[in-house]
Amino acid sequence: MAIAVDVQSISKQFVLRHTRSIKEAFVWIVKGRKGDLAQKFHALNGVSLQVEQGEAVALLGLNGSGKSTLLKHISGVMLPDSGTVQTRGRVAGLIEVGAGFHPDLSGRDNVYLNGAILGMTEDQINERFESILDFSEIGQFIDTEVKFYSSGMYLRLAFSVAIHTDPEIFLIDEILAVGDEPFQKKCLAKIKELGAAGKTLVVVSHDLDLVSRVCKRGVLLEHGQVVMDGDVADVVARLRS
Amino acid sequence: MAGAELTTPGFGGGLRDVLRSRYLLRLLVAKELKVRYRGSVLGLLWSYVKPGVQFVVFWFALGIFLGMNRNTENYPIYLFSGIVLINYFNEALGNAARSIVGNGGLIKKIYLPRELFPIASVWVSAVHFVPQLLVLLVACFIGGWSPGFVQIAAAVVGFTIVTLLAVGLGLFFGAANVYFRDSENFVDMLLMIATWASPVLYSWVMVRDGLFDAFGAGTAQVLHTIYQTNPLTIAVELFHFAFWMPTTSSPRTDPLLVVPPNLLDVWTPIGLGIALVVILAGQFTFRRLEGRFAQEL
Repeated sequence: MAIAVDVQSISKQFVLRHTRSIKEAFVWIVKGRKGDLAQKFHALNGVSLQVEQGEAVALLGLNGSGKSTLLKHISGVMLPDSGTVQTRGRVAGLIEVGAGFHPDLSGRDNVYLNGAILGMTEDQINERFESILDFSEIGQFIDTEVKFYSSGMYLRLAFSVAIHTDPEIFLIDEILAVGDEPFQKKCLAKIKELGAAGKTLVVVSHDLDLVSRVCKRGVLLEHGQVVMDGDVADVVARLRS
Repeated sequence: MAGAELTTPGFGGGLRDVLRSRYLLRLLVAKELKVRYRGSVLGLLWSYVKPGVQFVVFWFALGIFLGMNRNTENYPIYLFSGIVLINYFNEALGNAARSIVGNGGLIKKIYLPRELFPIASVWVSAVHFVPQLLVLLVACFIGGWSPGFVQIAAAVVGFTIVTLLAVGLGLFFGAANVYFRDSENFVDMLLMIATWASPVLYSWVMVRDGLFDAFGAGTAQVLHTIYQTNPLTIAVELFHFAFWMPTTSSPRTDPLLVVPPNLLDVWTPIGLGIALVVILAGQFTFRRLEGRFAQEL
């Protein structure tokens, strides 16, 4: 099997900037650059990770351990300070459901807009529109502005668009908690289906039971470093201990 | 899937990627236009009303009170042909400079060619420019306008210069705005200057003579060349050449002084050249800065 995601010892430092204006920066320079203008911390520190095609990997760890940051590097939203990230095929992220939704547009417009943002072509969206609508269970409300949707409807539609983008690599960040239980089950079934179809999945979630059902392999992050990489059950056990 | 190569995510092809995402660009523009006028009774009519009122104000203040009507033939057409172009520039650059921060929510979460946002802003402004152009054309036809090929070409080139300039500066200030929010205020100031630093409200002859009286021949020559080099000046004069000049006929308008000498053969290439340099510089800066957008927004 070929490698789908290749992360080679990437590091990322975040600058906790205390100043936002030219004035403050100027004063700082004039005063002879005394003190540090910004605090820094390592969000990722020498992380390496190889994911094979068709593999389902769970990124686990406590809050602030760098899971989401790693996902953002794989999707290309962030670039590493050092190290390299390479991916094979199209990457789509369910990084935040409904990020591209606009409240003042109708559900239909939002499906097209969000679909295009996630990299679908016009023909692809037209072709999958019925399927997206079916999956979301929005029905007749599709032509209503989404600001009038309930939060569940909103998430269902957004998730439905995202799941229909058909990428080779799927990044999923903490979105399995959407909707009511029947819908959650449906999403889970869909994600498993993607895995079975040979798609690569990288999942971040704090729902450890759910993650162990979807993924085989687990990677444990702690303070921006990989501390364990192995069978998901072992990793979950260590995280819980 | 099998044939795909390993690629590095997050390194786009810049403006070339925008060409590839034409469909998304179209949707973003449509969204912007829909959202802009939500819940407003007049809707897109606002892009007629606003310049209309602005025109009346300037026409009264400058045309009647300050006497521009007397020394400029068809001053309303002169005025309006400049105003529409400057309005386009102001709206395009103003919105482009805010577009990256305004779409921060999206840029932070999903990778897509970020150049799309400033370009969509400029495009939206171009859509608003069309109704103003129509009003201008009606006024021109009433004034006896009969354009030739050269006039149409001049208008297209003038529009192109302003568009390139707005995209280039929009990329630059839009990216800078992520790091320093001062950038958008700086742009507002720049736009205020732009209206007065090009011959929209007055004629270029007044600039030449005014500078001569104030600074003497030597300095005036230098200052006037600088004034002329402003690509907006060149674009505005191209619009005057295209729309206003064909409507002037009476002997009190000296044909040699209607537009600056060498407008077409010297200044137009210079204007296009500067606009191209600006867009390349804007793209270069944007690409240097965009790597850290997600964490700075």
